[in-house]
Amino acid sequence: MALPQVKVDATDARVADLSLVETGWTAAARKNALSRLREMGLPHRRDEYWKYTRPDTLVQPEAPAAAKFDPQEPPIFSEMDRLRIVFVDGVFDPEASDDLTLEDVRIDRLAEANSDIHWARDLYGALEAEGQEPVERPLATLNTAFATDGVLIHVTGKPSKPISLIYYHQATSSDAVLHHVIKLDAGTEFTLLENGPAAARFNKVMEVEVADRATFHHVRAQGRDHERRAATHIFARLGAESTFKSFTLTANGVLTRNECVIELTGDDAVAHVAGACVGDGDFHHDDTVFVTHDALRCESRQVFKKVLRNGATGVFQGKILVKEGAQKTDGYQISQSLLLDDDSQFLAKPELEIYADDVACSHGSTSGAIDETALFYLRSRGVPHAEATNLLTLAFLAEAVEEIEDENLRDEIVSRLEAWLTRHQS
Amino acid sequence: MLNIKNLHVKLEEEDKQILKGVDLSVEAGKVHAIMGPNGSGKSTLSYVLSGREGYEVTDGTAHLGDVDLLELEPEERSAEGLFLAFQYPVEIPGVGNMTFMRTALNAQRKARDEEELSAADFLKLVRARAKDLKIDADMLKRPVNVGFSGGEKKRNEILQMAILEPKMCILDETDSGLDVDAMKLVSEGVNALRDTGRGFLVITHYQRLLDHIKPDVVHIMADGRIVKTGGPDLALEVENNGYADILAEVA
Repeated sequence: MALPQVKVDATDARVADLSLVETGWTAAARKNALSRLREMGLPHRRDEYWKYTRPDTLVQPEAPAAAKFDPQEPPIFSEMDRLRIVFVDGVFDPEASDDLTLEDVRIDRLAEANSDIHWARDLYGALEAEGQEPVERPLATLNTAFATDGVLIHVTGKPSKPISLIYYHQATSSDAVLHHVIKLDAGTEFTLLENGPAAARFNKVMEVEVADRATFHHVRAQGRDHERRAATHIFARLGAESTFKSFTLTANGVLTRNECVIELTGDDAVAHVAGACVGDGDFHHDDTVFVTHDALRCESRQVFKKVLRNGATGVFQGKILVKEGAQKTDGYQISQSLLLDDDSQFLAKPELEIYADDVACSHGSTSGAIDETALFYLRSRGVPHAEATNLLTLAFLAEAVEEIEDENLRDEIVSRLEAWLTRHQS
Repeated sequence: MLNIKNLHVKLEEEDKQILKGVDLSVEAGKVHAIMGPNGSGKSTLSYVLSGREGYEVTDGTAHLGDVDLLELEPEERSAEGLFLAFQYPVEIPGVGNMTFMRTALNAQRKARDEEELSAADFLKLVRARAKDLKIDADMLKRPVNVGFSGGEKKRNEILQMAILEPKMCILDETDSGLDVDAMKLVSEGVNALRDTGRGFLVITHYQRLLDHIKPDVVHIMADGRIVKTGGPDLALEVENNGYADILAEVA
């Protein structure tokens, strides 16, 4: 079927001023991505997969302006021992970054990897391309074609500290396109942190290959600027007995779409993806998750919690696909919203598609208000209304936050949530 | 201590009068019991005093010392020294029992311009009080009342009472759902808190709780009013003859 003209035009307009890197080891993948993009076209608001989230401002050629916001607190993870890699409006900042060397890891920057041969050559754009089936994710393809930078992390052991990607937003209409590739060798373990508003508009792809028996932890905090926009994709492929755990905190942001595409390809692999988001007013947050079970005895969990007020909107599209032969699959999915007023809304589309006959899959989705009985109980013990509401709100988010294994990281996230709730008390 | 005068209360949502002129005074150092059949308004009285939503006071007053309770938010009543031990303590998943109690105590102290208790001092206080009530470390660590047995929930109520040290304690059907041993333990907890400066209002269906928590005064409540007041013997009379005789007598 020919692509509708409106999509052809939108895609042409978007790529018109972008230049394709034609040398080095990414050239083939980029060229391939551009031709795939032209075939599928950029998302349109009438696309089924974009029914609840309008893609217009993510697709248009110019990034809409976004003012900076200073919540008067140092960025998250500031106190932690970590290797910092800083991007300002999508541009690497060598002054603010640490030396990119750490035992048991090899770190390169995409913008500097210009040789013909590189370990990431077989991964760059490959997991993204695989993740286009059965649902197209054109913004990720756009990213593969035109990413200006990113980090390439090859984990060969158990590095002593996390790598921390820090994204600052300075210019009002900055448009950042970053593409990271992370490869964990068999039996390794690694933690990646991400934080910051990144740009007025941020398109980010992260491809993660987790080899057999390797463990990957990912904790991300998207926050701060109210007017920022982001479309992010994680594409992960998991080997046997490997573990993948990703948690995202989203606070503020006029529009955020976080897609996570996970393929369990080795037996006994475990994938947990969780998110806690808090939105007040002009806030639209979309978690779109697709987990494919294609091996024996794998476990997957999707835990998403959203706190919404003053007309904020939350979206969840989550799918578990169990392929034929993926017996003894243990799949779990929960998406819940806490609506603090009548103006806010939560739109959820949980899906299961199962082709194996010996599996345990469950999913649930709820929307609710603060539990008045619990609120009264707390108040009757002397806890003021606002504080009691915050306590119950944090309790609502707890199941998602508890997906973070590391206690210090969990405490960091909770303290940010507490600060946000205090700033946004009614 | 607690002074209730001519209290009339109806449900907010429907035109139903629950309390029809309650008069009651509990002095400091005394234990008053309210007994009465189902639907007589006993629990409503406890909820109205503690400030639960859904009720409308149409007439009358309720004071704790000089403080007009009905003017205050639930948390303010609590900071003034009122405590309600719930008939059905609420489960709050995701909120740790310790966090809950520390938040409550410090909120009260803050409201009274007292210094907040440090984590270490609080821990010391809780451990001492918990020991008396045979509450183990696990119950303190778990989310509030989640997975607690009926007895554990009631002991947890008394623990909160022991930590918050209120002036006026209302116990709403604290004996419900308790076996004999648990009732004894809870009663011992309450008795340990009996003090010349503290008043108690014990709401119960049955006389048996009053074997353990010996009241100074017993009131019988029926159809939204206190219909009879007497000494501890009155509770025995109910136990032996049921409410019917008393109600017939006052009718």
